[in-house]
Amino acid sequence: MNEGFFKRVRTAVAILVSLLLAFIIISLVSKSPLRTMGLFLFGPLKNVRYLGNVIELTIPLIFAGLSTAILFQANLFNLGAEGIFYFSGLTAAFVAILVPIANPFLHVSAAIAAGAVMGMIVALVPGYLRAKWNASELVSSLMMNSILAGVGLYLLNNFIRDKDLTEIASLKLAPSALLPRIIPRTRIHLGLVICLCFVVGVYLFSRRHRIGYLLRMFGFNHRFVEYSGVSSFSMIIIAHLLAGFIAGVGGSVEVLGMYDRFRWASLPGLGFDGALVAMLARNKPLPVLGSALFLAYIRTGADIMARQADVPAEMVSIVQAVIILLISADRFLHGLEERRILKKALA
Amino acid sequence: MEPALVLEGITKVYPGVVANRNISFSLNEGEIHAICGENGAGKSTLMKIIFGMEQPSEGRIFLKGEEVHIRSPQDAIDLGIGMVHQHFMLVPSFTVAENLVLGMEPSRYTKLDKSKAIEATRKVAEQFELKVTPEARVEDIGVGMMQKLEILKALYRGARILILDEPTAVLTPQETDELFEQLLLLKKRGHTIVFISHKLKEVKQISDRITVIRKGEVAGRFLTSQVDEREISEAMIGKLMGGGAHREHVHPGRQALRADSLTLLDENGRPVLRNLSFSLREGEILGVAGVEGNGQRELIELITGQRRLQEGSLSYGEKELRPRSIGQVRSLGLAYIPEDRMRNGCATGGTIWENLITNRLSDKRFSRRSWLRKREIENDSRRLVGEYDIRCSSISDNVGQLSGGNIQKVVVARECASDPSILVADQPTRGVDINSAEQIHRKIIEMSRNRTAVLLVSADLGELLDLCTSLIVLFNGEITARFEDISDLDEKELGFYMLGIKRQGGVS
Amino acid sequence: MFWQLIFSSSFLFSVLRVSTPIVFAALGALISDRAGIVNIGLEGIMLTAALGGVIGSAYTGSAALGLFFAVLSGLLFSAILAWFTLKMKTDVILGGIALNLFASGGTIFFLSILTGEKGTSSSLPSKVLPDITLPLIARIPVLGDILSGHNLLTYVCILSVVGLWYLMNHTPLGYWIRAVGENHHAAESVGIDIFRIRFAALLMSGLFAALGGAFLSMGYVSWFSRDMSAGRGWIALAAEAMGGGLVVRTTITAAFFGLADALANTLQTINLPSELVKTIPYLGTIIGLALYAVRRSRREQKKGRS
Repeated sequence: MNEGFFKRVRTAVAILVSLLLAFIIISLVSKSPLRTMGLFLFGPLKNVRYLGNVIELTIPLIFAGLSTAILFQANLFNLGAEGIFYFSGLTAAFVAILVPIANPFLHVSAAIAAGAVMGMIVALVPGYLRAKWNASELVSSLMMNSILAGVGLYLLNNFIRDKDLTEIASLKLAPSALLPRIIPRTRIHLGLVICLCFVVGVYLFSRRHRIGYLLRMFGFNHRFVEYSGVSSFSMIIIAHLLAGFIAGVGGSVEVLGMYDRFRWASLPGLGFDGALVAMLARNKPLPVLGSALFLAYIRTGADIMARQADVPAEMVSIVQAVIILLISADRFLHGLEERRILKKALA
Repeated sequence: MEPALVLEGITKVYPGVVANRNISFSLNEGEIHAICGENGAGKSTLMKIIFGMEQPSEGRIFLKGEEVHIRSPQDAIDLGIGMVHQHFMLVPSFTVAENLVLGMEPSRYTKLDKSKAIEATRKVAEQFELKVTPEARVEDIGVGMMQKLEILKALYRGARILILDEPTAVLTPQETDELFEQLLLLKKRGHTIVFISHKLKEVKQISDRITVIRKGEVAGRFLTSQVDEREISEAMIGKLMGGGAHREHVHPGRQALRADSLTLLDENGRPVLRNLSFSLREGEILGVAGVEGNGQRELIELITGQRRLQEGSLSYGEKELRPRSIGQVRSLGLAYIPEDRMRNGCATGGTIWENLITNRLSDKRFSRRSWLRKREIENDSRRLVGEYDIRCSSISDNVGQLSGGNIQKVVVARECASDPSILVADQPTRGVDINSAEQIHRKIIEMSRNRTAVLLVSADLGELLDLCTSLIVLFNGEITARFEDISDLDEKELGFYMLGIKRQGGVS
Repeated sequence: MFWQLIFSSSFLFSVLRVSTPIVFAALGALISDRAGIVNIGLEGIMLTAALGGVIGSAYTGSAALGLFFAVLSGLLFSAILAWFTLKMKTDVILGGIALNLFASGGTIFFLSILTGEKGTSSSLPSKVLPDITLPLIARIPVLGDILSGHNLLTYVCILSVVGLWYLMNHTPLGYWIRAVGENHHAAESVGIDIFRIRFAALLMSGLFAALGGAFLSMGYVSWFSRDMSAGRGWIALAAEAMGGGLVVRTTITAAFFGLADALANTLQTINLPSELVKTIPYLGTIIGLALYAVRRSRREQKKGRS
């Protein structure tokens, strides 16, 4: 498959180029560039705690990546995972704080389920606007992010805020609602198992389920699917519901697994990273695992570098941006691609 | 006198198809020259070459005796060649005057003097006696004025040679008469006019000479005064190629589809279908013949549920119905091979088996409670690939990598595999290689043998005559001929009906 | 109390002030949209220009030079977007998202390197563009309070609206841009270079957005802070879509969103919950977008599509 091959080459070259760019930036800024670069590239491998950080960060990135990938694959440019993460996490916190359920399994399930349902409801706003009236889901989802941040903060401040603390945080989440840690000496929680299940689940769904198949075909050619008798309306709604569900679970899992209180006073930024994860994974579920891991790795590396050297962690945004630009530039390495196609044709 | 334009040995090759082959053609100054040919014969390509929108693979062009290289529309304009395209190149929100002077304003940043533009428009309109309203917006004017504007655009830029691509396709009879008056006036002033058309009456009316292009080659050169419509038609349509699949005599069964007095107006209120009635029975292959643009597309859109019925009725089986969507019609047992396979008929990003199963997802063989049964689907796909001789390395190949003929076979395979009661096939072998076309033909006949009712819409006369058990001809949205027995019908005859030269009396 | 607040001249004054960056961004959205390219990168351009202005003015000691740097950084940014979108055929939306990411993190990065601070540029002695009192107008009773005393860039904004209107409707360049956007075949057929026009349009779009960004950090407030563009780029896109690409209508729509923003600010002073009030502009945008989409889809339905 020529096409796939070149996309992979482009991805690899894009990553290399951006890492090279990172090195250039580091050399310009840092007093000891080699050490700094080393911290960035290899810092996470130094000890179990850092490796744990990488995995911890991978979990929400996988959720965000899966959610966004489903939408991107269907040619829907929705960036609402951000707001859904936040608001669903908040919803789960509400259940964790205000709904007393003794049995931990039930309590956790109830909280995550509440977050998931909230995620689906919220996702329907841009989904319906696009499905019914073709309104830009990009703009409406971004607006929803800001709206949810505001409404969420209001709910946090007025219903579950712990007044004894100076910083903005909720009351303690009931211990029965927290996800247990599963790997000692790290903070890796049960959410890891859940997200891996989701990766497999989404993969099976998109490859083996009727609707997953239709969604994929819809992304390839929406007119083809319409001509087969399936309405675009239903496809867009279903894609949004699924994405909302996954992002909702992701937000809930993140809150219940990593925190003892709900502490987000603003959007955590994980949803936007989901877009990058999805793009790197070419919108397919299994590669999301690898690209989430990659992103979590360079993020953690950047954090370590920022803490132990003199280059700010935001450098990683530059790396991310360059990767996206190069990957999505169809004409990147176009010359190389053309020459190979020509060679093959003449052979 | 030196001819105004000479084309020598023009050949244009696109990957996989020879659009123009060794065409030589000369244009005399001050004449009106018609280019005739069927869809896909290569006329548009030739005109695009003259106007610099395409480059010839081989051949030379001479303007007034000197060789020229026309590399872009700007070159053509500089050489005095202007083109009026079939699809107007106008900016809808601009006025007539603004469109006229577009690109020719004095300088980029200074104020556009709108009154000067209107002045200029009036002057040039008067000069060439083409009536336009300079202040009117293009989105508000009718196609007649749009065309005059396009002509004025070319003349304003100094065109001495004017190419018009199917100019009367969108005009009413009165507007056509007006256009012809203007063309004659231009001719008197020494302009040279080339116009592409397959409306033979008009060609006879206005042209001095005619060149017929068929399958990319020159098939006839005529002096208009010395030729009649039948001869032109014969040159356009040519001889039937023998071989291939042939219809069988099938005893038709129950009614599968019925149309009664279908009438349809387009968004401008012009009638696109006029009082159309026909019926299709099981086992029949009913052909719909006609040059593209005579209502076939709208008819198919009505039957497949893509367009709402206005007047008249449709019955599927015995039930009368106003179809709401393609999905509904498909659930009634209708299969549809769309005209544009790349746009609507397949997903090039998907694999072959993914493209084969779309219409049978609810079949219990292939899905169990919404989960696809991969193995059964793959087996079925392999079977279809074998049956239709689809050339690929595996069923997991991307459809986008197949050749046109193989892609079409995938589409046909999918649609026929659902064992439909009605099969609507729209140009099923267009752009398909001969082998694949033959295979598709054989399949269509097999379908009819299995009691499927086939509606075959095609501009390919040979295909229609080979496969169909009965035939209707669409011209200007009406059925102008009905043939129940076509064994004696030949392509020449059919051509006359298709081009509106002949008409069965008393046919509604 | 509420109505007294709204119908006061100080409120209307603040509407003009708050609308300035949104209108600038909307003008930017308009010119590129009319040329056929949606500039998704407006957020990033505003942010970059905001930082450029702060850094430029702090290190040169001059507000004018700061403005110059703001515009320069904005133009550079849009040039990159243009190159990737037009030459490298990057998908317009992905390219815009990428560049916004770049700006969001890159501005913090750059700031941090220069000053060691991450959240705001408070340690930088950045300059502010002057407020201007209009000589005669200031004396008019109510109108004077509303119209006079604004920041220089607010007046530049008003002039830009007029200027852009003139450009689009009365100059050949404006016509060429509109032709390329509406029917690029028509433009090609008369010899217009589509690539150059689109590139120019993107640059001009960046110029307007940069002015908006400069206003944010050199007029609205006097510092740069993380993500201070706060979604105005997206709101501007929505405003432009709703304004149908016409200068006057787009400006009015953008001003409406400015009104919502000003309202949010004002309502925070009375006892309405600030978190909810802050969502008013975004809520307004979604509602506006929805209404526009409903109307547009009804119009298309009437055209006879089944």
